[in-house]
Amino acid sequence: MGSVDLILQQFINGLSLGSIYALIALGYTMVYGIIKLINFAHGDIMMVGAYIGWFCTTTLKMMFIPALIIAMLITALLGMIIERIAYKPLRNATRLAALITAIGMSFFLEYGGILVVGPQVRTFPEVFPQTIYNPLGDITFKYGDIVIILTAVILMTILTLVVKYSRVGKAMRAVSHDKDAAALMGINVNNTISATFAIGSCLAAAAGVLMGVYFNTINPLMGIMPGLKAFVAAVLGGIGIIPGAMIGGLFMGLIESFVSGLGFSMWRDAVAFLILILVLIIKPTGLLGKNTREKV
Amino acid sequence: MKLLNKKNAIILLSLIVVYGLVQFLFNNGTLNQFYMMTLILVCIYIILAVSQNLITGFTGQLAIGHAGFMAIGAYMSAMIVVKFQGSLILGLIFGAIIAGLAGILIGLPTLRLRGDYLAIATLGLGEIVRIVFLNMDYLGGATGLSVPKTIDWTWAFWLMVISVLIISNFINSSHGRACISIRENEIAAEAMGINTTKYKVMAFAIGAAFAGLAGGIYANYMYFIQPTTFSFLKSFEILVMVVLGGLGSTTGAIIGAAVMTIGSALLADYPEIRMLVIAVLLIALMIFRPNGIMGNKELKFNFLNFKKKGDENGTT
Repeated sequence: MGSVDLILQQFINGLSLGSIYALIALGYTMVYGIIKLINFAHGDIMMVGAYIGWFCTTTLKMMFIPALIIAMLITALLGMIIERIAYKPLRNATRLAALITAIGMSFFLEYGGILVVGPQVRTFPEVFPQTIYNPLGDITFKYGDIVIILTAVILMTILTLVVKYSRVGKAMRAVSHDKDAAALMGINVNNTISATFAIGSCLAAAAGVLMGVYFNTINPLMGIMPGLKAFVAAVLGGIGIIPGAMIGGLFMGLIESFVSGLGFSMWRDAVAFLILILVLIIKPTGLLGKNTREKV
Repeated sequence: MKLLNKKNAIILLSLIVVYGLVQFLFNNGTLNQFYMMTLILVCIYIILAVSQNLITGFTGQLAIGHAGFMAIGAYMSAMIVVKFQGSLILGLIFGAIIAGLAGILIGLPTLRLRGDYLAIATLGLGEIVRIVFLNMDYLGGATGLSVPKTIDWTWAFWLMVISVLIISNFINSSHGRACISIRENEIAAEAMGINTTKYKVMAFAIGAAFAGLAGGIYANYMYFIQPTTFSFLKSFEILVMVVLGGLGSTTGAIIGAAVMTIGSALLADYPEIRMLVIAVLLIALMIFRPNGIMGNKELKFNFLNFKKKGDENGTT
């Protein structure tokens, strides 16, 4: 395998991993955009989605697509419930209080998950045929890679259309721009925030199921690292900016895949955080962010 | 102000009583090893919580990287003790200094960030520190490093007292007031001629140095250190203690650390429930009492009702 092939191969691996990160990052970015909260529990919502997908495919013997849809729907509900119970009472509290609640929620889901499903690692069933395509010589496309990338692209397209053209999407953009003005215009801010959480959690669940498919294993603490990395992706792209999250996610996936490909897989988490710190120091608004002047 | 006035004398006396009582109970067998470990952990966590409180509670900088500094202190002191056969005190001091220097190094670029961004950047740096130790085969790498146990109750208790004393004196000094002014309003503080970057980095470095000291105590007490101990969950745990006790209250941080550590020890047999309890407690606390137990008030050493700083160590 030549070095060009190797690079292309890592590129494909990175693309599927990056699509998963992008899906998670979208939820982070949307929630941050609308209530300025780093939803630390987001990675764990992804974990719940992965478990629902696992339950549907193993116990209920479902196919991939129905399992994915059920996981997305249940998780959307979970996201809304979490918002109502934990975050809504704190909407006017300090940022620190909200952040700590999010951390608490993250612990709750992780260790509640351990209590409910047990701490052991579960094997995700092989929902796809192990077909391997190699249209370009030595480079292999797994069937799973194609499904992951395709699912991510479809979901992102739907999301973009929803945010751009639907009533909910317009309301979301209005609320994230100015909550009070949106409320004065007759937008139901609470419902809009709930909808944001629902959509974000939905995408996280999809990412969770895809992650289960990609890595074949799931466990109750699986959400922590991808969650943090997806947050890095969201910051990288410019937090609160939806296309930014997509680009950031893909970028993170590619970086991680190349770092692993070069034989530094032990360092890949460190590289992710290093990118985060560099972005925060050099251009805190992210790749697609605009500079806003702070007013006293 | 006289150094040995009536108030200070009483505090010193009560500390000696608490120290002596625990030592006596341990020697005579009433306190077994498990209780002793819990008490020493309380001391370690008090240092961590008080130093985190200096950064977050008093200077208002939401940094979640304390576990990283703790790891630096732990590994550096272990390196001195294990690899260079240095003395314990040398190891502790070296660990604290290196952690403090790391605090300056990390603080200078990151403290320009605010709020959530600072939180996430420091969290990332803490994780980078952990991964560096994970890949450092010289210091054991992922398998961990064995360290002789040289810390006992005397060391832990008096180091805790000294740390709390230094930090609370810092807070009450003009530097400390500058830090508090940054918390209250950074722009106004700057307008009053306070070099905000300098004081933020100063608070961060002092906090990091004491976290390093706590890490050193931890390493030399626990026989064994491993990078996984110092993951960001540990940073969260320390932050939770501070928030539970009340941001901006040293006595609050002490109470928070004591309550959390003792609570964790009581639930030690049920690790999952322990974390679940912490999670529910955290959410409920934020919703119903976001200021924590003490708010930003201090427990005053009132002469009429004798409430002492060291009490929660002794009575439990």
